[in-house]
Amino acid sequence: MSVTSTTPAAPRIILREAAGPATAEVQRKVGVLEAAWDMSVVRKTTIILVLALIWEIYGRWLDNPLLFPTLTETVQALAENIANGILPARAWASLKVLLMGYSVGVVLAGLLTILAINTRTGSDFLETVTAMLSPLPAIALLPLALIWFGLGNGSLVFILVHSVLWPVALNTHSGFRAVSETLRMVGRNYGLTGFAYIRKILIPAAFPSILTGLKIGWAFAWRTLVAAELVFGVSSGQGGLGWFIFENRNLLEIPAVFAGLLTVILIGLVVENLIFRTIERRTVLKWGLQH
Amino acid sequence: MAEPLLDVASVTLRYKTPGLVITATERVSFQVNTSDRFVLLGPSGCGKSTLLKAVGGYIAPSEGAITIKGRRVTAPGPDRMMVFQEFDQLLPWKTVLENVMFPLTDARRLPRREAEEKARHYIEKVNLTRALDSYPHTLSGGMKQRVAIARGMAMEPDILLMDEPFAALDALTRRTCQDELIQLWEETRFTVMFVTHSIAEAIRIGNRILLLSPHPGRVKAEVVDVDKASVADGSAGRLEREIHALLFAETGHGE
Repeated sequence: MSVTSTTPAAPRIILREAAGPATAEVQRKVGVLEAAWDMSVVRKTTIILVLALIWEIYGRWLDNPLLFPTLTETVQALAENIANGILPARAWASLKVLLMGYSVGVVLAGLLTILAINTRTGSDFLETVTAMLSPLPAIALLPLALIWFGLGNGSLVFILVHSVLWPVALNTHSGFRAVSETLRMVGRNYGLTGFAYIRKILIPAAFPSILTGLKIGWAFAWRTLVAAELVFGVSSGQGGLGWFIFENRNLLEIPAVFAGLLTVILIGLVVENLIFRTIERRTVLKWGLQH
Repeated sequence: MAEPLLDVASVTLRYKTPGLVITATERVSFQVNTSDRFVLLGPSGCGKSTLLKAVGGYIAPSEGAITIKGRRVTAPGPDRMMVFQEFDQLLPWKTVLENVMFPLTDARRLPRREAEEKARHYIEKVNLTRALDSYPHTLSGGMKQRVAIARGMAMEPDILLMDEPFAALDALTRRTCQDELIQLWEETRFTVMFVTHSIAEAIRIGNRILLLSPHPGRVKAEVVDVDKASVADGSAGRLEREIHALLFAETGHGE
């Protein structure tokens, strides 16, 4: 297109005619299968089913219930032990001690962290002590704990506190320190100080780290507990899941051993996928603090 | 003349970095009256943000005094609401409505019903009623800044302190936000202190501009009746060039 006019060109706006309704699809529903595969529950369930199938096939091929029972035998043993009430009682015994140790550990971690963010000495103390004690496996303290607290729940709670305290304190502390300067200034702008400031600004802002700490603490505690019960459930009257596993191994009830292990796994999965996942969905995911 | 709302009397601000004490501003004095749109303008390093934070109560002056309505400023408080430049100034665990309500119920101790009414009113003023129940991470930068402004205004503070609130926005959104702020001011005539490094923004927002020179920050000039400048007859453009010439007169690297 050539401009023939001799007058200097001035800037102009040329409006486009509306191009009619858009033909390309703007949105489209995804198919049922595709939508199902997009859900992580479906994908993970599929993986579990495939693993279960491999287990069953291998068990049958090996044909040696003393070494490796099949899934069916394990499920049978599981059902029997649930029906006669032994397994639920053992699981409950474990969970009771676990919750006791876990809550004491979390409360102590909270106190330690509040001390740490308010004073420089407290912060130095937390960092030093955590660096020293957190690499120490809780189970290594069991012999000492047995001497100090005797055979019983006292020793278990002691080592559980040890396994929960450090990861929770460490994560909470680093979460607090990572709260942005802007949010801190906003909190102070509202006139918040002291404990109100910690509760209304710092804790929610640091919640992703706190939750990570709680999850790690839970996993450590659960493992430590089952291991500890294997050691001294032997001499204690009513033991937990670890004791159930140990007892059945001595009786060569291998399917029941597997059933005990399966229960340990199931409880771990339930806590991780139902409890922690629900907390995550209602907090950090909803707030966009984590994706 | 009536007593000024905010009196900053020969304030020197110093802050510590590892090994160094830096003087941000030196004996700066100015007064802000009720319903002023007072702009602090200057190049980086002139201590304008530090000065605003001192009025906010976050930094104590080494010399001089800051008083608001006759009260000495010693700590941050909800009578001087801040609007920051950063987008993360909203509490991410609260919805837009809850964010605006929180200081009303918590700092001003209003009953929930009254707080909610007030919050809704100011959210409507910044045209965000449709985002009332959204969480901040779902909002755009401009929307977040508007919520922060609504939050500040809902508290009906003695003075609203704005620290380059539009600096991180894209040019189109910034322009819209500036116009909205002026519109809001026309409606409620709140007192605002506004920090910026953009001369054009200072002229658009302010009715008084305090020009600061850097290293250390000192008052260079004050521009009054800025709102008389208009874009139509070119007086705004002239004023902009004059301020520019003044700010960069001695440093020599401006033009």
